[in-house]
Parts: sequence; C-alpha cells; structure tokens
Amino acid sequence: MDNLASTIQQAMVEPACAKNQAKTEKERKKGCTQALQPGAAAGGCAFDGAKIALQPITDVAHLVHGPIGCEGNSWDNRGAKSSGPHLYRTGFTTDITENDVVFGGEKRLLKAIKEILSKYDPPAVFVYQTCVTALIGDDIEALCKAASIKFAKPIIPINAPGFVGSKNLGNKLAGEALLQYVIGTEEPEYTTPYDINIIGEYNLAGEFWQVKPLLTELGIRVLSCISGDARYHEIACSHRARAAMMVCSKAMINVARKMEERYGIPFFEGSFYGSSDMSEALRQIARLLVERGAPRALEAQTEAVIAREEARVAARLEPYRSRLQGKRVLLITGGVKSWSVVAALQEIGIEIVGTSVKKSTKEDKDRIKKIMGEEAHMIEDMSPREMYRMLADARADIMLSGGRSQFVALKAKVPWLDINQERHHAYAGYEGMVALVREIDKAISNPIWADVRRPAPWDEEVAS
Amino acid sequence: MTRPDSLAKACTVNPLKLSQPLGAALAFLGVDRSMPVMHGSQGCTAFGLVLLVRHFREAIPLQTTAMNEVTTILGGSDNLERALLNIHKRTKPAFIGIASTGLTETKGDDVEGDLRRIKARYPELDMPIVYVSTPDYQGALQDGWAKAVTAIVESLAEPVAVPVKHQVNILPGSHVTPGDIIELCAIMEDFGLTAIVVPDLSGSLDGHIPTEFSPATIGGATVAGMRGLGASQATIAIGEQMRVAAQALQTKTGVPFTLFDTLTGLEPADHFFAFLSQLSGRPVPLKYRRQRSQLVDAMLDAHFFFGGQRVAIGAEPDLLWTLSGWLTGMGCEIAAAVTTTQSPLLARFNVPEVRIGDLEDLEAMAAGCDLLITHSHGRQAAARLNIPFLRMGLPVFDRLGAVHRVIVGYRGTRDLVFEVGNLFLAHVHELRPMNSYECGEGCGAGEKGTIPITEVL
Repeated sequence: MDNLASTIQQAMVEPACAKNQAKTEKERKKGCTQALQPGAAAGGCAFDGAKIALQPITDVAHLVHGPIGCEGNSWDNRGAKSSGPHLYRTGFTTDITENDVVFGGEKRLLKAIKEILSKYDPPAVFVYQTCVTALIGDDIEALCKAASIKFAKPIIPINAPGFVGSKNLGNKLAGEALLQYVIGTEEPEYTTPYDINIIGEYNLAGEFWQVKPLLTELGIRVLSCISGDARYHEIACSHRARAAMMVCSKAMINVARKMEERYGIPFFEGSFYGSSDMSEALRQIARLLVERGAPRALEAQTEAVIAREEARVAARLEPYRSRLQGKRVLLITGGVKSWSVVAALQEIGIEIVGTSVKKSTKEDKDRIKKIMGEEAHMIEDMSPREMYRMLADARADIMLSGGRSQFVALKAKVPWLDINQERHHAYAGYEGMVALVREIDKAISNPIWADVRRPAPWDEEVAS
Repeated sequence: MTRPDSLAKACTVNPLKLSQPLGAALAFLGVDRSMPVMHGSQGCTAFGLVLLVRHFREAIPLQTTAMNEVTTILGGSDNLERALLNIHKRTKPAFIGIASTGLTETKGDDVEGDLRRIKARYPELDMPIVYVSTPDYQGALQDGWAKAVTAIVESLAEPVAVPVKHQVNILPGSHVTPGDIIELCAIMEDFGLTAIVVPDLSGSLDGHIPTEFSPATIGGATVAGMRGLGASQATIAIGEQMRVAAQALQTKTGVPFTLFDTLTGLEPADHFFAFLSQLSGRPVPLKYRRQRSQLVDAMLDAHFFFGGQRVAIGAEPDLLWTLSGWLTGMGCEIAAAVTTTQSPLLARFNVPEVRIGDLEDLEAMAAGCDLLITHSHGRQAAARLNIPFLRMGLPVFDRLGAVHRVIVGYRGTRDLVFEVGNLFLAHVHELRPMNSYECGEGCGAGEKGTIPITEVL
C-alpha cells in the first residue's frame, strides 16, 4: 500500500493542473478529490475510473481481481469502439469466493492469468485491484512482476481499488500504471516527423473516427491514442511521438506532463467538440509538429483543410437555423468542457437558459461569462427536484445532460439528449457538430411531445 | 445430473452472475417511498445503479455509505450514521433498506449493533430500517433478493388475531417481472382476492409518470402493507428462492404458504388456477377458461416448430427452472444449462448437466444449438454462434419492454409460445440441392442433413 499511497500523493499534486495550482499547499495535500458524502454521493469509484481510462485498449485482456460485484455488475457497459480486436469487450474476473477472502486470492489470480494467456493469448494482461482484494492484502504488484517473468508477457498491475477515491483519481492512477509499466517498453517499426499522441480520448461511439481522416489527409500519423481504439503495442511505443494533444478533461494530465518531462514530447490541451475547438486542435497539432521539425508547409495545408471544413459545416448547419431559432437549452454537465459547443449552438440561434458549473474551474466560469454574457445563468448545484420543476414549468425546450438525469427530463415530458459517455452518437469533429445539432432538432421536433402532454380524457373532464 | 461447480476455472469469463447486494437493493426498490443503501465503496452503488437504469429505463434511487480506505479500517459505523442522517434530511423516505457488500463484510463490522445505537441516538430516524448481510463474494442476485425479503418479513410482519378475509400475500422471486406481477394481481382480483405483494416492483419500476418528482421510489409495497402480511389468509411464494422467506412468514405469523416453483406452462398454470379457485371458493372465471383453451390451441399450432430444437439457457436457478421446464414440455431439448448459484432445484433438473458457471461456458456448450436464452450480455456470444437469441433475465439493456414481458399464467405462456415459436420459425432449416447423400461442407446440423440457419422471411 505504501507504493499506492505515494502514487496517489503524486497524482494529487499534479503541477500541470491549473485547478490544483490555484490551491494553497495545505488544500493541495488534501487532494483533488472532494470528500464523498455518505448518503448523498454520486458517481463511480477509483476502480471504475481506471477501467474507463484503460478498457478502450482493445487487444488487452482486462482482468478484475475481486468479488463479482466489481466486474459482473459493470462489464460490457461502455461505448468505446474498436476497429479490430474485440478482446476488451470480454469480461474477465477472478470472482473471488469466501475461501479466497480467508486464505488470500493470489493463487487464484495467478491461475486466472495463466488461463487467459493459454485461451486468448493477448499481448498483455491488465490486472485491476479492487477493495476486497486490497483489504485482504493481495499484493498484485509483486504478483504481476513475478507473472511477467514466468509467462514472458507483460502482466500490468492497475492498483486503483475503489475505496481510495473517486473516478477521477482512478483515471490518474491508470495513467500512472501506463507510465510505470507500458509506455517506452517497445519501439515502433518506424517513425515520421508527423507522429502524434492523443491522450485522454476514448473513441466513444467511434467519434475519434470522425477526426482521424482529417489527420490522415494532412499526413499526420496517430502513433498512439491513449486509449481509444488502441493496441497495446501502440501505447508501449508512444514515447516516440513528436507531439501530443491532451483531450479536454484533465483526467490524464499526468500522462501528458510526464511524457513531456521524460521524453520531451510537447503537448497542448484541446478539444474536438465544436467547430472552432476542432479547428484550433488541428492548428495546434500542426504548430507543435512544425516546431519539432516537420516541414512548415503543414501549417498552410492545415489552414486549407480548416477553411474547407468550416465552410462545409456552416452550410450544413444553415437549414437548422430557422428550425432551432430561439429554442432554449438547459445544459447540465461537468464532462464536456468545450464551450465552443455552446458558442456554436448560440450561433445558430439556440439560447442557453442555464448551465451547471459544479465541476468548473474559475477559468471555466470566466469563459462562460464571456460566451453567454454577464447574466449567464450558472447553476452551482441543482437538485433533481429543482431540475424537474424548471423543466415541468417549461422554462427550457430541451435538456442536454448525462444519463443520470435523463428521467428527470423525460418524466417532465421534456426532450432530452445524452451528451456524456454512455451516449450512442458521435459528437466529435466537424461531423460531430452537425450530428449534435441534428439530434437536438430530432429530439425537439418529435411529434410525441404534443401527444404525451395532452391530458388524459378523464383529466380533461375534471378540468372543464 | 448436475454439476455443483464450474470446472475448477480460476477465471470467470463473461460473467452471467450479478452480485448479492444488487439483488437485495432490487428487493428494497419494491418498497414504496424507499431508499436502498449499499454499505460499501461508492463504486458498488454506481455500478448497480447504472445496470438497473439500463434495464428498467427508470431513475433508480440507490445510495451509498461511501466507504473509503480509512473508514473501512476504522469501521463503518460513522459512515452509516452520516448516510442515514443525510438520506433522512434530503429524501425523507418511508423505508430504508441496507445491504452490506464485500468490502464491509471483509472488515466484519457489527452493523446490526451499529444500527441499534444509531436509532437510539436519533429518534427522527423513525422509519423502518432493514439490514441484510450480502457479501459480494457469496451467492448471486437471487440470493440477495431472497435474503432481503426474509429480512423484511422478519422485521416487519406481525401476527394478527383476526385475519382479513380474501387477503393473500404474494412473495415473488427476483425473476418475476413487474408485468408478471400486474397479471397475477389481475387474476387474483377476478377471484375476489386482494394481493399484498412484497416486494412489489410493479408499483415502483413498471415505468409510469408520477405527478411529482420524488428522489425515493414512486410506488411498491407500503410499510403498512408489509406490517399487515400476518393478516392474510395465505401466502403464495413464486420460485424456490422464496421458500425461506415464506417459511419465516409462516413461522412468525402462522399464515400458511404454498410455493409455486413456476407459473409458466399449461400444467403449472392449471395448478395455480385450481389453487386460487379452492382458496377463494369461486369457480375459475370464464375468461380464464377461454385463455386456457387459447393456450392449448397455441401449443398445438406451435409444437411443430419446437420439437427436437436444441436450446442453451444461461439464467439464475429459478428462471432456468421455469424456462427449461416449459421448453422441455414443448418438445425441446435443453442442450446447455448454466446457472449462477446453488439451489435445491439443481438436484431436480431433468437436464443432462446444469453448470454453475459463466457465459464462456454457455457459449462453448451452445455450439450447434438452435436457440440461446440469457440476459443481454449474451449478445456477443449469440453473434459469434450465429444462432437466434432470446433476451431473458436481468439485465436486458438492448431491447425495450423487458419490464412488461409476461410469462405467467395461461395468457403469459401463450404469448411466450408465440415469441419463441417465431424465433424458431424465422430460422427454419431448409433443404438445399445436394450433389450426393454425403453430409458435406456446411452441414452443421448433424443428422438433419440440412443447411443450418437459412433466414426465411
């Protein structure tokens, strides 16, 4: 546990995290995870976060060492897509029994690794620690080290048992495991001056595939995407990239910063959501690559692609302008940090009647004010009951949020659109912006709303 | 013949099983204005919540004591106290159900003692608080459900001197859907009987529009109803898993119970209707006589397509018993049967082998079968096997309406005959011209000598 404790401490003092830097020394020591409120907590644990961050690696066997609750209740529930191997969608768990709790689960774990290697022959096995196996003292780090030698295969310990903290901390601990055991352990077949890493992109609903063709067109190679649609080998040789982009959330900032420190790979923080952020991301990638020695012409080529795509998006969004003019959106999310989506929605006439700022930094709030004006209706912490009232009183035409609040909107008979990780639509890139507007239009203009809001005949009688 | 354990596999691959605390939480969701709590790390609750939301397509009230490393080692009493106070303050539920998890069980806290102390200190916590011990590393969802119902019965039901005439308890197993419960209550009503259903998911998770927002459950068994279980004339338990709870209720209140291990199929439905007729002293209403006749006709029409079909089923013991019994009775062969946990039923199956295992086992055993039946996680296996797939059990997250599927009684069985029959019909084995009598390439269906799986539209 000492090892884990120091890793957690490191993740907490992340120097590249602006939010962290704004804190005093004492506050920082307390860590970046908010204290969880018993009886009022929401959200996943550290194990959940680690799994979210790493499961998109498609050819690896993800083995969960713990009781059935951890994997049995959660496997096959995320939307990261693969262009090749499907092993990542197979659920592996030691499903420990009372016997293991009493006598220790290491023997079963070692045997499980052996079974996976003989049956599925993956390039690596990721072993996830959980609360119960941590509590009984199973030492997965020592065991994985021994197993790696014994089986001559990378067996990677992911030491993020649920009870050490929140999902966000789990993301970071997953990143630490990659830094410690995977990145830099293999070499690419060849390198080019156009090799980049994309960090913190999970290819949900396959949305990175809407971005990648543009990079390919510019001759830019994604050496490694950490971790959407990734192969183990790609991540192992990601240290040879020339530049990196860290995608919006700060979940994997430790990976980006440490790779800069260790391997001199410069990175920028960007987003693929919304046209202007997408353009900015392409611009930054080209700029960093040119700084690292790629031909200067790349920048001009990039500008040409940007101009072409922005014009196309504008033309494709035009038909929606008249349909969506004046529609009011309630935006409840901590996830999508991209205000360029907000700006784009406003551009075609949609009004943002409120946005949550629970997870936002001061910097985020300033940006909201800039985009939405000083009167921006910022919601610090809205209870589901208040949300329901606001929607039932028809103070918004649609709510965009994560799945958790879905039924608050639907039960109030108000259109709702999923913009978090469980969603089925790809909103990244220029293509994604059009998709988002199309989905909003589809949701709002569906004829069921008028029908379901009509009172039942017996209620009508009472009213009249 | 049954095999008690998976073939000494150390690694479970593609789990069929869900955890005990989830089953307990689900049972507590069948109580009105209830807030279930998992005593564990917040991930335990988050995973369970996401799974139930995907299955029911409803908001799921489910809280956590948010245990962390330090509180686990020091003991969870403080977290439990803060959780209860917070829930009371924010939600004001009429009932709180607490399920322990692997985490708190490994530490081994005296939760019952903690609860007594907390209730004594905070008189405002005057709602019933039921605790059940459900470590993740034992049993499966149906065990957690059964234990939770037993705990409810033992802590709430009271003996009553004068029974309420025509009142009957129903204790449904975890495999009984809200749709099934609605059907059963309607049948009982037609016999002049009033049912008290515990737990009653048809009140809370049947998918309806409440008039106001509530952070707790929006229907289900009421506290008054649960206290009044002892006033009933009889108890009907559905599924072998409910035997312990029904027995506990009988011991505590004297209400005699009758256990129906299945209500699907002509003969089980006959037993049920005969029982209700006897209990109520009324003849079986004409409408059900007609439904029986329709079921018989459906069986006659459909049996051509069921005979000789090989079916692979992965389900919890009680659902497996229900489906395999009915399918065998329709002429199918249960070629593969995988289940999640121990049950007295395992010794009674009329199937070559019932394995406690996972979907990897089921997939291996299902090769060459004509139909795969399991929950939605079987979708990958079904695609690889390229055989028809019927989603049954929990979770069903990639099809609509799982909550309202009815398979009990004459009408429920009739509809199931049609649903499964249509799957067989859509995949009829058709003859193709052959150059010789030899069974050659692509002839996977053994002695039938036909080309397997031709989609007939």
